[in-house]
Amino acid sequence: MATPNTISRKSDLSAGEYKWGFVTEVEEDFAPKGLSEDIVRLISAKKDEPEWLLEWRLRSYNHWVKMAKTQGEPTWAKIRYPTIDYNDIYYYAAPKSSQGKAPESLDDVDPEMLATFEKLGIPLQEREKLAGVAIDAVFDSVSVATTYTKQLGELGIIFCSFSEAVKNHPDLVQKYLGSVVPYSDNFFATLNSAVFSDGSFAYIPPGVRCPMELMTYFRMNAEGTGQFERTLIIADKGAYVSYLEGCTAPFRKTSQLHAAVVELVALEDAEIKYSTIQNWFPGTKEGEGGVYNFVTKRGICRGANSKISWTQVETGSAITWKYPSVILQGDNSVGEFYSVALTNNYQQADTGTKMIHIGKNTKSTIVAKGISAGHGQNTYRGQVKIMPSAENATNHTQCDSLLVGDKCGAHTVPYIEVRNPTARLEHEASTSKVSDDQLFYLRSRGLSEEEAHHMIITGWTRDVIKELPFEFAMEASQLLKVSLEGAVG
Amino acid sequence: MLQVTDLHASVIGAGDTEILKGLSLTIEAGEVHAIMGPNGSGKSTLANVLLGRPDYVVNSGTVEFDGENILQMFPEQRALRGMFLAFQYPAEVPGVRPWQFLKAALDARRNFAGEEPMSVRDFTKLFDDKVKAVGIDPDLVKRSLNEGFSGGEKKRHEMLQLEILEPRLAILDETDSGLDVDALRIVAEGVNNLRSPDRAFLIVTHYQRLLNYVEPDAVHILIDGKIVETGGPELALKVEKSGYEQYATAAAG
Repeated sequence: MATPNTISRKSDLSAGEYKWGFVTEVEEDFAPKGLSEDIVRLISAKKDEPEWLLEWRLRSYNHWVKMAKTQGEPTWAKIRYPTIDYNDIYYYAAPKSSQGKAPESLDDVDPEMLATFEKLGIPLQEREKLAGVAIDAVFDSVSVATTYTKQLGELGIIFCSFSEAVKNHPDLVQKYLGSVVPYSDNFFATLNSAVFSDGSFAYIPPGVRCPMELMTYFRMNAEGTGQFERTLIIADKGAYVSYLEGCTAPFRKTSQLHAAVVELVALEDAEIKYSTIQNWFPGTKEGEGGVYNFVTKRGICRGANSKISWTQVETGSAITWKYPSVILQGDNSVGEFYSVALTNNYQQADTGTKMIHIGKNTKSTIVAKGISAGHGQNTYRGQVKIMPSAENATNHTQCDSLLVGDKCGAHTVPYIEVRNPTARLEHEASTSKVSDDQLFYLRSRGLSEEEAHHMIITGWTRDVIKELPFEFAMEASQLLKVSLEGAVG
Repeated sequence: MLQVTDLHASVIGAGDTEILKGLSLTIEAGEVHAIMGPNGSGKSTLANVLLGRPDYVVNSGTVEFDGENILQMFPEQRALRGMFLAFQYPAEVPGVRPWQFLKAALDARRNFAGEEPMSVRDFTKLFDDKVKAVGIDPDLVKRSLNEGFSGGEKKRHEMLQLEILEPRLAILDETDSGLDVDALRIVAEGVNNLRSPDRAFLIVTHYQRLLNYVEPDAVHILIDGKIVETGGPELALKVEKSGYEQYATAAAG
């Protein structure tokens, strides 16, 4: 097994800085920089993809070229960043040891990769792996290991890298890929559809309750590389799954693009709970570098009585552009969105959700908490749409903003569109600051100013954090604390 | 234990108006002192200044706790040394449970004393026992700190903290105001139970009635930022009968 010495010493950052910023010194196989039809073909060839998938990629690529020429990137979000040069990005990078493929078993995994994930708190070895959590570990453009696949397989659950799913379960992939987020959906989703490299795939068969958390851990490593992962989760009739994703990236003064697409499909009586702890490198204190996170996440409650719940804790990235949404097509289906977005230093987040009510008696809940510190800018942007067919739809929206300091900003942009008079919608919003009374109260009991701030802020986010799987709630709370260091005290 | 000498203090943002104008006070271990005074005499200011509330400024004078000058210390440093303030208006903190808050506060003290944090099991037992002893509705402590608590519930919750944290100097800032007789008795019992040779109390109050249940060693009358008279329990009764007006001329002079 590799020792920690094989990992770059750049990780020795002082306390209070990004603790996941190390670089793994590993030889990687790159596609040439830049974007062209050839690159799309190269990525597809590296993965031995079937013809239909290559065609889908090329259709996406051609559509994206058109979009880039005509409308360009979307400009409606409240974020500012320098123009992205799409020809100055590597669209494919994979550790040479992986040969671009997921290993047959954990014994075949490069020890360097195991050491990297171990350092990130994601042990993959059989004897140390996290109990009750199956993990797919994605390093740059490829999945390097997936745990518990055998145990899950016995229940008929498929959990593997996207590339493996294309090989082993092409029918399922072809049936559902692009069914929730069409390739033409938006600039970044279209780009992803052309060049996506890897990601996770999960299928839960009818009536099966997945007995463990499924987790994908995304790690960006190579400099100048974009990460374009694709995740597809299908819960068949009456199935249940709880899925979690985590993500980190090295400390770099140049920015990196991350444009992922996640599609969720819940059939009749099925439930998908999707939790994210997004901790991409947020940039330096001065606002240099950091990940540009342009992500399209959408789920469809296709069958009656189905449920999709998104919970996200967004502490990383220089730019976050992300609106995990639910299309409530089945009657009596339920959509939920719980979010904590934190911006410190010069981070900018424009995040929220869309709840599209189509079926009868559909119900959605939105709880969005934005914390702004330093020079951070935090925008909640949400849409609740009640279609004419959605008899008796209900939505409850709660948007709260917390300001730490006086140089940050919080903005709330709710859109509501109601086309059925039986709908019932509630919207609550608040903006507050950590009060001197609260701070003095906690400090007079012996907590330091920083501990007091942390307790007040985690209390304030409690309604969201409690939605996370238990094991990760603590981690999320710690992450909020670390992300706010320097902003308080 | 506590030695306050010629303390002058004002509130930030309230101009140069001094509220404490040369207050001196000595409290020894094992003693219970009461400070009585009319509204605006500086009672709450004294309580807050002793714990180091940041929006008060000390212009001159000294405050020593166990012989150590504490005026340059943060509130948490004073708390860790054994000082405690039962608030008149405790702040509401959404999403923070009393159990979690008190565990953190107790562990901070233990850490300062070089001890390990208390185990969850031991703390839960201590907490449940004290909740019962103070007469708090067990459902109350499942809510957020002070959120939706009635005035009486807030005061009982302050007493719960006092019982669990066992400070060496407890300052009660008008803890008796707004309490019915039963609640008043619970506060008094709390103080009487915790009375010990190495612990002291400073009870800040407008009325004499709490002193029916807690016998103080000394009573001080605070008028316009200064202590104008000090005596025994009989002084409280005297003030209760004849009011604070008798001191008006003394303060003016």
